[in-house]
Amino acid sequence: MTETGTAPPPRGARPPGPRFRSPIRGPWLTAVLGVVLLVGLPVVAVTGLLDYVAYGPGQQIPGDVGLLRPPGIVFPSDPPWLFRLTQGVHVGLGLVLIPVVLAKLWSVLPALFVFPPVRSVAHLLERLSLLLLVGSILFESVTGILNIQYDYVFGFSFYTAHYLGAWVFMAAFAVHVVLKLPAAVRALRSRSLRAELRTPLSRTRPEETGGDLVAERPAEPTMSRRGALAVVGGGSLLIAALTVGQTVEPLRPLAFLLPRGRVPDGPPGNDFPINRTAAAAGIDRSAVDPEVWRLELAGGPAPVVLDRARLLDGGAELPLHTATLPLACVEGWSAVRTWTGVRLRDLAALAGVPTPASAVVTSFDPGGFGRAAVPGARVLHPDSLLALRVDGHDLSLDHGFPARIITPSTPGVHCTKWVRSIEFRRV
Amino acid sequence: MTRFTTVYGAGPGHLLLLVAGFAVAGYAALLLLDDPSALRILVWFVGVALVHDVVLFPLYSAVDRALTTVSGRLRRHGRIPIVNHVRLPLLASGLTLLVFLPGIIRQGEETHLAATGFDQQPYATAWLLLVAVFAGTSALVYVLRSAHAALTGDR
Repeated sequence: MTETGTAPPPRGARPPGPRFRSPIRGPWLTAVLGVVLLVGLPVVAVTGLLDYVAYGPGQQIPGDVGLLRPPGIVFPSDPPWLFRLTQGVHVGLGLVLIPVVLAKLWSVLPALFVFPPVRSVAHLLERLSLLLLVGSILFESVTGILNIQYDYVFGFSFYTAHYLGAWVFMAAFAVHVVLKLPAAVRALRSRSLRAELRTPLSRTRPEETGGDLVAERPAEPTMSRRGALAVVGGGSLLIAALTVGQTVEPLRPLAFLLPRGRVPDGPPGNDFPINRTAAAAGIDRSAVDPEVWRLELAGGPAPVVLDRARLLDGGAELPLHTATLPLACVEGWSAVRTWTGVRLRDLAALAGVPTPASAVVTSFDPGGFGRAAVPGARVLHPDSLLALRVDGHDLSLDHGFPARIITPSTPGVHCTKWVRSIEFRRV
Repeated sequence: MTRFTTVYGAGPGHLLLLVAGFAVAGYAALLLLDDPSALRILVWFVGVALVHDVVLFPLYSAVDRALTTVSGRLRRHGRIPIVNHVRLPLLASGLTLLVFLPGIIRQGEETHLAATGFDQQPYATAWLLLVAVFAGTSALVYVLRSAHAALTGDR
Protein backbone atom coordinates (compact mmCIF):
# COMPACT_ATOMS: atom_id res chain seq x y z
CA MET A 1 0.00 0.00 0.00
CA THR A 2 2.93 2.32 0.66
CA GLU A 3 3.64 2.42 -3.09
CA THR A 4 0.47 4.42 -3.61
CA GLY A 5 1.59 6.91 -0.99
CA THR A 6 -1.07 6.03 1.58
CA ALA A 7 0.29 5.34 5.03
CA PRO A 8 -1.23 2.37 6.86
CA PRO A 9 -3.33 3.25 9.93
CA PRO A 10 -1.19 3.44 13.09
CA ARG A 11 -1.15 0.24 15.11
CA GLY A 12 -4.00 0.04 17.56
CA ALA A 13 -5.90 2.97 16.08
CA ARG A 14 -9.55 2.22 15.38
CA PRO A 15 -10.66 3.18 11.89
CA PRO A 16 -13.37 5.84 11.96
CA GLY A 17 -16.94 4.93 11.13
CA PRO A 18 -19.53 2.59 12.55
CA ARG A 19 -18.61 -0.77 14.06
CA PHE A 20 -20.27 -3.72 12.41
CA ARG A 21 -21.04 -6.62 14.73
CA SER A 22 -23.24 -9.06 12.83
CA PRO A 23 -21.81 -12.58 13.18
CA ILE A 24 -23.45 -13.88 10.00
CA ARG A 25 -22.36 -11.14 7.64
CA GLY A 26 -19.60 -12.36 5.35
CA PRO A 27 -18.56 -13.15 1.78
CA TRP A 28 -20.58 -16.38 1.62
CA LEU A 29 -23.90 -14.77 2.55
CA THR A 30 -23.15 -11.83 0.24
CA ALA A 31 -22.35 -14.21 -2.63
CA VAL A 32 -25.56 -16.22 -2.15
CA LEU A 33 -27.65 -13.04 -2.30
CA GLY A 34 -25.50 -11.91 -5.24
CA VAL A 35 -26.26 -15.06 -7.23
CA VAL A 36 -30.01 -14.51 -6.80
CA LEU A 37 -29.62 -10.98 -8.16
CA LEU A 38 -27.25 -12.15 -10.91
CA VAL A 39 -30.06 -14.35 -12.22
CA GLY A 40 -33.01 -12.09 -11.44
CA LEU A 41 -31.91 -8.56 -12.31
CA PRO A 42 -30.97 -9.26 -15.96
CA VAL A 43 -34.48 -10.70 -16.42
CA VAL A 44 -35.96 -7.48 -15.02
CA ALA A 45 -33.71 -5.40 -17.30
CA VAL A 46 -34.44 -7.39 -20.47
CA THR A 47 -38.22 -7.48 -19.91
CA GLY A 48 -38.06 -3.73 -19.29
CA LEU A 49 -36.32 -3.20 -22.63
CA LEU A 50 -38.91 -5.43 -24.31
CA ASP A 51 -41.68 -3.28 -22.83
CA TYR A 52 -39.97 -0.27 -24.39
CA VAL A 53 -39.83 -2.09 -27.74
CA ALA A 54 -43.52 -3.01 -27.43
CA TYR A 55 -44.52 0.65 -27.66
CA GLY A 56 -43.65 0.30 -31.32
CA PRO A 57 -41.54 2.26 -33.77
CA GLY A 58 -42.01 6.01 -33.48
CA GLN A 59 -44.01 5.68 -30.24
CA GLN A 60 -41.33 4.73 -27.76
CA ILE A 61 -40.79 6.97 -24.74
CA PRO A 62 -38.24 8.46 -24.51
CA GLY A 63 -38.00 8.76 -28.27
CA ASP A 64 -34.48 10.00 -28.83
CA VAL A 65 -32.10 7.73 -26.98
CA GLY A 66 -29.20 7.78 -29.43
CA LEU A 67 -27.27 4.53 -29.26
CA LEU A 68 -29.05 3.34 -26.13
CA ARG A 69 -31.77 1.43 -27.91
CA PRO A 70 -32.46 -2.28 -28.06
CA PRO A 71 -31.73 -3.94 -31.42
CA GLY A 72 -34.34 -3.14 -34.07
CA ILE A 73 -36.74 -5.94 -33.33
CA VAL A 74 -40.47 -5.53 -33.92
CA PHE A 75 -42.57 -6.65 -30.97
CA PRO A 76 -44.68 -9.56 -32.28
CA SER A 77 -48.48 -9.85 -31.99
CA ASP A 78 -48.23 -13.57 -31.37
CA PRO A 79 -48.45 -15.05 -28.86
CA PRO A 80 -51.14 -12.53 -27.80
CA TRP A 81 -50.05 -12.78 -24.16
CA LEU A 82 -46.41 -11.84 -24.87
CA PHE A 83 -46.67 -8.24 -23.67
CA ARG A 84 -48.71 -9.37 -20.68
CA LEU A 85 -45.84 -11.68 -19.80
CA THR A 86 -43.01 -9.17 -20.27
CA GLN A 87 -44.68 -6.35 -18.32
CA GLY A 88 -45.88 -8.72 -15.60
CA VAL A 89 -42.41 -10.19 -15.13
CA HIS A 90 -40.72 -6.78 -15.27
CA VAL A 91 -42.91 -5.22 -12.57
CA GLY A 92 -43.57 -8.37 -10.52
CA LEU A 93 -40.00 -9.67 -10.41
CA GLY A 94 -38.69 -6.13 -9.89
CA LEU A 95 -40.82 -5.84 -6.74
CA VAL A 96 -40.09 -9.37 -5.53
CA LEU A 97 -36.32 -8.74 -5.70
CA ILE A 98 -36.50 -5.64 -3.47
CA PRO A 99 -35.95 -7.62 -0.23
CA VAL A 100 -32.95 -9.33 -1.85
CA VAL A 101 -31.51 -6.00 -3.00
CA LEU A 102 -31.92 -4.53 0.50
CA ALA A 103 -30.36 -7.63 2.09
CA LYS A 104 -27.45 -7.48 -0.34
CA LEU A 105 -26.87 -3.81 0.50
CA TRP A 106 -27.01 -4.67 4.21
CA SER A 107 -24.51 -7.47 3.69
CA VAL A 108 -21.90 -5.28 1.95
CA LEU A 109 -22.35 -2.04 3.87
CA PRO A 110 -19.17 -2.41 5.97
CA ALA A 111 -17.21 -2.11 2.70
CA LEU A 112 -18.53 1.45 2.38
CA PHE A 113 -16.68 2.44 5.55
CA VAL A 114 -13.30 0.82 4.83
CA PHE A 115 -10.20 2.51 6.13
CA PRO A 116 -8.44 4.18 4.43
CA PRO A 117 -11.40 5.19 2.25
CA VAL A 118 -9.31 5.29 -0.92
CA ARG A 119 -6.40 2.92 -1.42
CA SER A 120 -5.50 3.62 -5.06
CA VAL A 121 -6.82 5.12 -8.29
CA ALA A 122 -8.30 1.72 -9.13
CA HIS A 123 -10.05 1.59 -5.75
CA LEU A 124 -11.42 5.12 -6.19
CA LEU A 125 -12.84 4.32 -9.64
CA GLU A 126 -14.34 1.11 -8.32
CA ARG A 127 -16.05 2.99 -5.51
CA LEU A 128 -17.46 5.49 -8.01
CA SER A 129 -18.83 2.63 -10.11
CA LEU A 130 -20.45 1.24 -6.96
CA LEU A 131 -22.16 4.59 -6.40
CA LEU A 132 -23.58 4.24 -9.92
CA LEU A 133 -24.66 0.66 -9.19
CA VAL A 134 -26.33 1.39 -5.86
CA GLY A 135 -27.74 4.71 -7.07
CA SER A 136 -29.22 3.16 -10.20
CA ILE A 137 -30.73 0.05 -8.61
CA LEU A 138 -32.39 2.15 -5.89
CA PHE A 139 -33.42 4.83 -8.41
CA GLU A 140 -35.02 2.24 -10.69
CA SER A 141 -36.79 0.60 -7.74
CA VAL A 142 -38.07 3.86 -6.28
CA THR A 143 -39.28 5.36 -9.58
CA GLY A 144 -40.90 2.04 -10.52
CA ILE A 145 -42.64 1.72 -7.14
CA LEU A 146 -43.93 5.29 -7.37
CA ASN A 147 -45.09 4.84 -10.97
CA ILE A 148 -47.20 1.74 -10.34
CA GLN A 149 -48.93 3.65 -7.55
CA TYR A 150 -49.49 6.79 -9.66
CA ASP A 151 -47.35 8.95 -7.37
CA TYR A 152 -45.35 11.40 -9.49
CA VAL A 153 -43.79 13.26 -6.56
CA PHE A 154 -40.37 13.25 -8.30
CA GLY A 155 -41.49 15.78 -10.91
CA PHE A 156 -39.64 14.44 -13.97
CA SER A 157 -40.68 12.17 -16.81
CA PHE A 158 -40.91 8.68 -15.40
CA TYR A 159 -40.29 7.10 -18.78
CA THR A 160 -37.13 9.11 -19.55
CA ALA A 161 -35.59 8.75 -16.11
CA HIS A 162 -36.45 5.07 -15.66
CA TYR A 163 -35.20 4.17 -19.15
CA LEU A 164 -31.88 6.04 -18.95
CA GLY A 165 -31.43 4.92 -15.33
CA ALA A 166 -31.79 1.34 -16.58
CA TRP A 167 -28.81 1.80 -18.91
CA VAL A 168 -26.70 3.22 -16.10
CA PHE A 169 -27.74 0.20 -14.05
CA MET A 170 -26.93 -2.29 -16.82
CA ALA A 171 -23.47 -0.77 -17.32
CA ALA A 172 -22.65 -0.63 -13.60
CA PHE A 173 -24.07 -4.12 -13.06
CA ALA A 174 -21.93 -5.61 -15.87
CA VAL A 175 -18.79 -3.96 -14.43
CA HIS A 176 -19.64 -5.22 -10.95
CA VAL A 177 -20.26 -8.79 -12.13
CA VAL A 178 -16.96 -8.97 -14.03
CA LEU A 179 -15.01 -7.56 -11.07
CA LYS A 180 -16.68 -9.59 -8.35
CA LEU A 181 -17.49 -12.92 -9.96
CA PRO A 182 -14.15 -14.57 -9.04
CA ALA A 183 -14.52 -13.50 -5.40
CA ALA A 184 -18.15 -14.65 -5.38
CA VAL A 185 -17.22 -18.08 -6.76
CA ARG A 186 -14.47 -18.40 -4.12
CA ALA A 187 -16.92 -17.39 -1.40
CA LEU A 188 -19.56 -19.85 -2.58
CA ARG A 189 -16.99 -22.64 -2.53
CA SER A 190 -15.91 -21.72 1.01
CA ARG A 191 -19.10 -23.20 2.53
CA SER A 192 -21.57 -25.80 1.42
CA LEU A 193 -25.09 -24.47 0.94
CA ARG A 194 -26.50 -27.83 1.93
CA ALA A 195 -24.51 -27.87 5.17
CA GLU A 196 -25.44 -24.26 5.87
CA LEU A 197 -29.13 -25.07 5.50
CA ARG A 198 -28.68 -27.75 8.18
CA THR A 199 -26.87 -25.46 10.62
CA PRO A 200 -29.08 -24.24 13.48
CA LEU A 201 -28.54 -21.07 15.48
CA SER A 202 -26.67 -22.93 18.22
CA ARG A 203 -23.92 -23.94 15.77
CA THR A 204 -23.80 -20.65 13.80
CA ARG A 205 -20.28 -19.15 13.77
CA PRO A 206 -18.80 -16.18 11.90
CA GLU A 207 -17.15 -16.87 8.55
CA GLU A 208 -13.44 -17.61 8.81
CA THR A 209 -12.12 -15.16 6.21
CA GLY A 210 -13.62 -12.22 4.48
CA GLY A 211 -11.75 -8.95 4.82
CA ASP A 212 -14.06 -6.03 5.38
CA LEU A 213 -17.30 -7.95 5.67
CA VAL A 214 -16.57 -10.21 8.64
CA ALA A 215 -16.94 -8.45 12.00
CA GLU A 216 -13.77 -8.02 14.06
CA ARG A 217 -15.67 -8.45 17.30
CA PRO A 218 -18.84 -10.30 16.33
CA ALA A 219 -21.88 -10.19 18.58
CA GLU A 220 -23.62 -13.32 19.84
CA PRO A 221 -25.69 -14.72 16.93
CA THR A 222 -29.44 -14.24 17.19
CA MET A 223 -30.23 -15.75 13.80
CA SER A 224 -28.65 -18.53 11.76
CA ARG A 225 -27.61 -18.02 8.14
CA ARG A 226 -30.42 -20.27 6.97
CA GLY A 227 -32.76 -18.17 9.12
CA ALA A 228 -31.50 -14.98 7.46
CA LEU A 229 -31.99 -16.50 4.00
CA ALA A 230 -35.49 -17.61 5.02
CA VAL A 231 -36.28 -14.07 6.20
CA VAL A 232 -35.17 -12.59 2.85
CA GLY A 233 -37.06 -15.27 0.90
CA GLY A 234 -40.09 -14.74 3.11
CA GLY A 235 -39.96 -11.00 2.37
CA SER A 236 -39.94 -11.78 -1.36
CA LEU A 237 -42.87 -14.18 -0.96
CA LEU A 238 -44.78 -11.56 1.00
CA ILE A 239 -44.29 -8.98 -1.76
CA ALA A 240 -45.22 -11.61 -4.36
CA ALA A 241 -48.44 -12.44 -2.51
CA LEU A 242 -49.39 -8.75 -2.26
CA THR A 243 -48.63 -8.17 -5.98
CA VAL A 244 -49.75 -11.25 -7.92
CA GLY A 245 -53.39 -10.17 -7.71
CA GLN A 246 -52.61 -7.44 -10.22
CA THR A 247 -52.37 -10.16 -12.86
CA VAL A 248 -54.11 -13.30 -11.59
CA GLU A 249 -57.80 -12.44 -11.58
CA PRO A 250 -59.06 -14.73 -8.77
CA LEU A 251 -56.31 -13.37 -6.50
CA ARG A 252 -57.10 -9.71 -7.29
CA PRO A 253 -58.28 -8.93 -3.70
CA LEU A 254 -54.83 -9.97 -2.38
CA ALA A 255 -53.30 -6.86 -3.99
CA PHE A 256 -55.19 -4.74 -1.46
CA LEU A 257 -52.29 -2.31 -0.99
CA LEU A 258 -52.02 -1.57 -4.72
CA PRO A 259 -54.39 0.41 -6.93
CA ARG A 260 -54.87 -2.67 -9.12
CA GLY A 261 -56.28 -4.78 -6.30
CA ARG A 262 -59.56 -2.92 -6.78
CA VAL A 263 -61.96 -3.12 -9.67
CA PRO A 264 -64.72 -0.68 -10.47
CA ASP A 265 -68.32 -1.73 -9.82
CA GLY A 266 -69.48 -0.44 -13.17
CA PRO A 267 -71.99 -2.08 -15.50
CA PRO A 268 -71.86 -5.89 -16.00
CA GLY A 269 -68.76 -7.22 -17.76
CA ASN A 270 -66.80 -4.04 -17.03
CA ASP A 271 -65.27 -5.10 -13.72
CA PHE A 272 -61.61 -4.68 -14.66
CA PRO A 273 -59.14 -1.88 -13.95
CA ILE A 274 -59.43 1.51 -15.62
CA ASN A 275 -56.24 3.42 -16.33
CA ARG A 276 -57.89 6.73 -17.18
CA THR A 277 -61.46 7.58 -16.32
CA ALA A 278 -63.70 9.37 -18.82
CA ALA A 279 -63.93 12.25 -16.36
CA ALA A 280 -60.12 12.53 -16.10
CA ALA A 281 -59.79 12.39 -19.89
CA GLY A 282 -62.38 15.16 -20.21
CA ILE A 283 -64.67 13.14 -22.47
CA ASP A 284 -67.68 15.14 -23.62
CA ARG A 285 -70.68 12.87 -22.98
CA SER A 286 -72.71 14.40 -25.80
CA ALA A 287 -69.96 13.56 -28.34
CA VAL A 288 -70.03 9.87 -27.40
CA ASP A 289 -73.81 9.60 -27.26
CA PRO A 290 -74.58 6.55 -29.46
CA GLU A 291 -77.15 8.60 -31.42
CA VAL A 292 -74.60 11.26 -32.28
CA TRP A 293 -71.30 9.35 -32.37
CA ARG A 294 -69.86 8.45 -35.77
CA LEU A 295 -66.65 6.58 -36.64
CA GLU A 296 -64.63 8.15 -39.43
CA LEU A 297 -62.38 5.97 -41.57
CA ALA A 298 -59.80 7.93 -43.55
CA GLY A 299 -56.90 7.17 -45.86
CA GLY A 300 -58.87 5.63 -48.73
CA PRO A 301 -60.19 7.24 -51.91
CA ALA A 302 -63.08 8.79 -49.94
CA PRO A 303 -63.77 9.03 -46.19
CA VAL A 304 -66.20 6.45 -44.79
CA VAL A 305 -68.52 7.32 -41.90
CA LEU A 306 -70.15 4.60 -39.79
CA ASP A 307 -72.55 4.76 -36.86
CA ARG A 308 -72.70 2.31 -33.98
CA ALA A 309 -75.75 0.47 -35.36
CA ARG A 310 -73.91 -0.21 -38.62
CA LEU A 311 -70.85 -1.48 -36.71
CA LEU A 312 -73.01 -3.83 -34.63
CA ASP A 313 -74.88 -5.12 -37.67
CA GLY A 314 -72.53 -4.64 -40.58
CA GLY A 315 -73.60 -7.76 -42.49
CA ALA A 316 -71.17 -9.82 -44.56
CA GLU A 317 -68.92 -6.82 -45.20
CA LEU A 318 -68.32 -6.07 -41.53
CA PRO A 319 -69.04 -9.22 -39.47
CA LEU A 320 -68.80 -9.15 -35.68
CA HIS A 321 -65.81 -11.02 -34.33
CA THR A 322 -65.11 -12.20 -30.78
CA ALA A 323 -61.62 -12.68 -29.33
CA THR A 324 -60.30 -13.39 -25.85
CA LEU A 325 -57.35 -11.06 -25.30
CA PRO A 326 -55.51 -9.62 -22.33
CA LEU A 327 -55.55 -5.93 -21.59
CA ALA A 328 -52.09 -5.39 -20.08
CA CYS A 329 -50.54 -2.22 -18.71
CA VAL A 330 -46.85 -1.45 -18.43
CA GLU A 331 -47.65 -0.41 -14.85
CA GLY A 332 -47.85 -4.08 -13.97
CA TRP A 333 -51.48 -5.17 -14.12
CA SER A 334 -53.48 -7.16 -16.64
CA ALA A 335 -56.96 -8.62 -17.16
CA VAL A 336 -58.14 -11.13 -19.75
CA ARG A 337 -61.54 -10.42 -21.28
CA THR A 338 -63.64 -11.57 -24.24
CA TRP A 339 -64.09 -8.69 -26.64
CA THR A 340 -66.61 -8.37 -29.44
CA GLY A 341 -66.36 -5.89 -32.27
CA VAL A 342 -65.28 -5.52 -35.87
CA ARG A 343 -61.89 -6.49 -37.21
CA LEU A 344 -59.49 -3.68 -38.00
CA ARG A 345 -58.63 -5.44 -41.27
CA ASP A 346 -62.31 -5.40 -42.33
CA LEU A 347 -62.45 -1.67 -41.55
CA ALA A 348 -59.27 -1.16 -43.59
CA ALA A 349 -60.80 -3.01 -46.55
CA LEU A 350 -64.00 -0.95 -46.23
CA ALA A 351 -61.95 2.25 -46.18
CA GLY A 352 -60.22 1.13 -49.40
CA VAL A 353 -56.78 0.42 -47.90
CA PRO A 354 -56.78 -3.39 -47.57
CA THR A 355 -53.07 -3.68 -46.70
CA PRO A 356 -52.17 -0.54 -44.72
CA ALA A 357 -48.68 0.17 -43.42
CA SER A 358 -50.27 1.45 -40.22
CA ALA A 359 -53.53 2.71 -38.75
CA VAL A 360 -53.53 5.96 -36.79
CA VAL A 361 -56.29 5.89 -34.21
CA THR A 362 -57.58 9.18 -32.78
CA SER A 363 -59.63 9.40 -29.60
CA PHE A 364 -61.98 11.98 -28.12
CA ASP A 365 -59.37 12.07 -25.32
CA PRO A 366 -57.26 15.17 -26.07
CA GLY A 367 -54.41 13.86 -23.84
CA GLY A 368 -51.01 12.57 -24.90
CA PHE A 369 -52.24 9.01 -25.43
CA GLY A 370 -55.33 10.07 -27.38
CA ARG A 371 -53.58 9.14 -30.61
CA ALA A 372 -51.72 5.91 -31.37
CA ALA A 373 -50.45 4.10 -34.44
CA VAL A 374 -51.20 0.40 -34.90
CA PRO A 375 -48.48 -1.22 -37.08
CA GLY A 376 -49.70 -2.74 -40.35
CA ALA A 377 -49.04 -6.36 -39.39
CA ARG A 378 -51.10 -5.86 -36.27
CA VAL A 379 -53.97 -4.22 -38.20
CA LEU A 380 -54.15 -7.37 -40.32
CA HIS A 381 -54.09 -9.76 -37.34
CA PRO A 382 -57.42 -11.67 -37.28
CA ASP A 383 -58.00 -10.81 -33.61
CA SER A 384 -57.28 -7.07 -33.84
CA LEU A 385 -60.54 -5.37 -33.06
CA LEU A 386 -62.41 -2.18 -32.77
CA ALA A 387 -64.23 -3.51 -29.70
CA LEU A 388 -67.81 -2.54 -28.91
CA ARG A 389 -68.58 -5.08 -26.23
CA VAL A 390 -66.74 -6.85 -23.44
CA ASP A 391 -67.89 -10.18 -21.98
CA GLY A 392 -71.16 -9.74 -23.87
CA HIS A 393 -71.98 -6.27 -22.53
CA ASP A 394 -71.54 -2.79 -23.96
CA LEU A 395 -68.29 -1.14 -22.94
CA SER A 396 -68.77 1.23 -20.02
CA LEU A 397 -67.93 4.89 -20.56
CA ASP A 398 -64.76 4.52 -18.46
CA HIS A 399 -63.68 1.58 -20.62
CA GLY A 400 -64.03 3.55 -23.84
CA PHE A 401 -67.68 3.49 -24.95
CA PRO A 402 -68.76 3.66 -27.80
CA ALA A 403 -65.68 1.82 -29.17
CA ARG A 404 -62.08 1.05 -28.25
CA ILE A 405 -59.12 -0.67 -29.84
CA ILE A 406 -58.00 -4.06 -28.55
CA THR A 407 -55.14 -5.84 -30.28
CA PRO A 408 -52.97 -8.84 -29.31
CA SER A 409 -49.76 -8.32 -27.33
CA THR A 410 -50.11 -4.53 -27.11
CA PRO A 411 -49.41 -2.10 -24.26
CA GLY A 412 -52.76 -1.10 -22.76
CA VAL A 413 -52.04 2.55 -23.44
CA HIS A 414 -52.25 1.84 -27.19
CA CYS A 415 -55.63 0.12 -26.83
CA THR A 416 -57.16 3.53 -27.48
CA LYS A 417 -60.55 4.27 -25.90
CA TRP A 418 -63.36 6.58 -27.12
CA VAL A 419 -62.26 6.13 -30.74
CA ARG A 420 -63.18 9.02 -33.00
CA SER A 421 -61.43 8.14 -36.26
CA ILE A 422 -59.02 5.68 -37.84
CA GLU A 423 -56.71 6.71 -40.64
CA PHE A 424 -55.24 3.84 -42.66
CA ARG A 425 -51.85 4.81 -44.07
CA ARG A 426 -50.21 3.23 -47.08
CA VAL A 427 -46.66 4.23 -46.11
CA MET B 1 4.35 -5.84 -10.78
CA THR B 2 4.37 -3.61 -13.82
CA ARG B 3 4.76 0.12 -13.56
CA PHE B 4 1.09 0.56 -14.60
CA THR B 5 -0.18 -1.70 -11.85
CA THR B 6 2.00 0.08 -9.28
CA VAL B 7 0.67 3.51 -10.19
CA TYR B 8 -2.95 2.56 -10.88
CA GLY B 9 -3.50 -0.15 -8.29
CA ALA B 10 -4.82 -2.88 -10.61
CA GLY B 11 -4.26 -4.32 -14.07
CA PRO B 12 -5.06 -2.48 -17.33
CA GLY B 13 -8.14 -4.67 -17.87
CA HIS B 14 -9.63 -3.21 -14.69
CA LEU B 15 -9.21 0.34 -15.99
CA LEU B 16 -10.61 -0.56 -19.40
CA LEU B 17 -13.70 -2.16 -17.88
CA LEU B 18 -14.42 0.77 -15.59
CA VAL B 19 -13.91 3.32 -18.36
CA ALA B 20 -16.37 1.37 -20.55
CA GLY B 21 -18.92 1.34 -17.71
CA PHE B 22 -18.52 5.08 -17.07
CA ALA B 23 -18.80 5.76 -20.81
CA VAL B 24 -22.25 4.16 -21.00
CA ALA B 25 -23.42 5.98 -17.86
CA GLY B 26 -21.93 9.25 -19.11
CA TYR B 27 -23.64 8.83 -22.48
CA ALA B 28 -26.99 8.28 -20.75
CA ALA B 29 -26.36 11.47 -18.76
CA LEU B 30 -25.47 13.36 -21.96
CA LEU B 31 -28.88 12.49 -23.43
CA LEU B 32 -30.39 14.43 -20.53
CA LEU B 33 -28.45 17.64 -21.23
CA ASP B 34 -31.40 19.34 -22.95
CA ASP B 35 -33.89 18.04 -20.41
CA PRO B 36 -35.00 20.80 -18.02
CA SER B 37 -35.45 18.23 -15.25
CA ALA B 38 -31.91 16.80 -15.59
CA LEU B 39 -30.80 18.26 -12.26
CA ARG B 40 -33.84 16.84 -10.49
CA ILE B 41 -33.07 13.39 -11.89
CA LEU B 42 -29.46 13.66 -10.69
CA VAL B 43 -30.59 14.76 -7.23
CA TRP B 44 -32.95 11.77 -6.99
CA PHE B 45 -30.28 9.40 -8.31
CA VAL B 46 -27.71 10.38 -5.68
CA GLY B 47 -30.43 11.10 -3.11
CA VAL B 48 -31.87 7.61 -2.97
CA ALA B 49 -28.41 6.08 -2.39
CA LEU B 50 -27.68 8.65 0.35
CA VAL B 51 -31.07 8.14 2.01
CA HIS B 52 -30.44 4.40 2.05
CA ASP B 53 -26.89 4.63 3.40
CA VAL B 54 -27.20 7.45 5.92
CA VAL B 55 -30.86 7.31 6.99
CA LEU B 56 -32.48 3.94 6.37
CA PHE B 57 -29.51 1.73 7.20
CA PRO B 58 -28.49 3.50 10.46
CA LEU B 59 -32.15 3.61 11.48
CA TYR B 60 -32.86 -0.08 11.12
CA SER B 61 -29.44 -1.02 12.52
CA ALA B 62 -30.07 1.11 15.61
CA VAL B 63 -33.52 -0.42 16.10
CA ASP B 64 -32.08 -3.90 15.69
CA ARG B 65 -29.25 -3.23 18.12
CA ALA B 66 -31.68 -1.90 20.71
CA LEU B 67 -33.82 -4.96 20.15
CA THR B 68 -30.98 -7.47 20.59
CA THR B 69 -29.72 -5.65 23.68
CA VAL B 70 -33.13 -5.62 25.35
CA SER B 71 -33.91 -9.21 24.41
CA GLY B 72 -30.46 -10.32 25.60
CA ARG B 73 -31.34 -8.94 29.05
CA LEU B 74 -34.78 -10.54 29.00
CA ARG B 75 -33.22 -13.84 27.98
CA ARG B 76 -31.95 -14.50 31.51
CA HIS B 77 -35.52 -14.63 32.76
CA GLY B 78 -37.39 -16.28 29.92
CA ARG B 79 -36.77 -19.59 28.18
CA ILE B 80 -37.48 -18.79 24.54
CA PRO B 81 -35.56 -15.81 23.06
CA ILE B 82 -38.02 -13.14 22.01
CA VAL B 83 -35.75 -11.25 19.58
CA ASN B 84 -36.93 -12.82 16.31
CA HIS B 85 -40.55 -12.64 17.39
CA VAL B 86 -40.19 -8.86 17.43
CA ARG B 87 -37.73 -8.61 14.53
CA LEU B 88 -39.80 -10.50 11.98
CA PRO B 89 -43.07 -8.55 12.29
CA LEU B 90 -41.01 -5.34 12.34
CA LEU B 91 -39.19 -6.32 9.15
CA ALA B 92 -42.40 -7.35 7.39
CA SER B 93 -44.13 -4.13 8.46
CA GLY B 94 -41.16 -2.03 7.38
CA LEU B 95 -40.88 -3.77 4.00
CA THR B 96 -44.57 -3.37 3.19
CA LEU B 97 -44.48 0.25 4.38
CA LEU B 98 -41.50 0.94 2.10
CA VAL B 99 -43.02 -0.64 -1.00
CA PHE B 100 -46.60 0.56 -0.58
CA LEU B 101 -45.86 3.96 1.01
CA PRO B 102 -47.57 6.20 -1.60
CA GLY B 103 -50.99 4.67 -0.99
CA ILE B 104 -50.55 4.41 2.78
CA ILE B 105 -49.67 8.09 3.20
CA ARG B 106 -52.10 9.10 0.41
CA GLN B 107 -49.50 10.61 -1.83
CA GLY B 108 -50.43 11.42 -5.43
CA GLU B 109 -54.15 11.22 -4.65
CA GLU B 110 -55.29 13.25 -7.66
CA THR B 111 -53.40 11.17 -10.25
CA HIS B 112 -54.51 7.99 -8.52
CA LEU B 113 -58.14 9.10 -8.72
CA ALA B 114 -57.85 10.08 -12.40
CA ALA B 115 -56.17 6.78 -13.26
CA THR B 116 -58.39 4.41 -11.33
CA GLY B 117 -61.56 6.18 -10.26
CA PHE B 118 -60.72 5.36 -6.61
CA ASP B 119 -59.36 7.43 -3.73
CA GLN B 120 -56.52 6.17 -1.52
CA GLN B 121 -58.55 6.04 1.67
CA PRO B 122 -58.47 2.24 2.34
CA TYR B 123 -54.70 1.66 2.12
CA ALA B 124 -53.62 2.99 5.53
CA THR B 125 -56.25 0.93 7.35
CA ALA B 126 -55.40 -2.16 5.27
CA TRP B 127 -51.70 -1.76 6.08
CA LEU B 128 -52.37 -1.31 9.81
CA LEU B 129 -54.46 -4.48 9.76
CA LEU B 130 -51.60 -6.28 8.03
CA VAL B 131 -49.20 -5.06 10.74
CA ALA B 132 -51.63 -6.33 13.38
CA VAL B 133 -51.70 -9.73 11.64
CA PHE B 134 -47.87 -9.88 11.56
CA ALA B 135 -47.59 -8.93 15.25
CA GLY B 136 -50.47 -11.17 16.33
CA THR B 137 -49.15 -14.22 14.47
CA SER B 138 -45.67 -13.73 15.87
CA ALA B 139 -47.00 -13.30 19.42
CA LEU B 140 -49.15 -16.40 19.08
CA VAL B 141 -46.21 -18.49 17.89
CA TYR B 142 -44.15 -17.16 20.81
CA VAL B 143 -46.82 -18.16 23.32
CA LEU B 144 -47.13 -21.63 21.76
CA ARG B 145 -43.34 -22.12 21.76
CA SER B 146 -43.11 -20.99 25.40
CA ALA B 147 -45.94 -23.30 26.41
CA HIS B 148 -44.32 -26.20 24.59
CA ALA B 149 -40.98 -25.49 26.24
CA ALA B 150 -42.58 -25.27 29.69
CA LEU B 151 -44.42 -28.56 29.19
CA THR B 152 -41.49 -30.54 27.88
CA GLY B 153 -38.91 -28.81 30.03
CA ASP B 154 -36.65 -28.04 27.00
CA ARG B 155 -35.24 -24.75 26.11
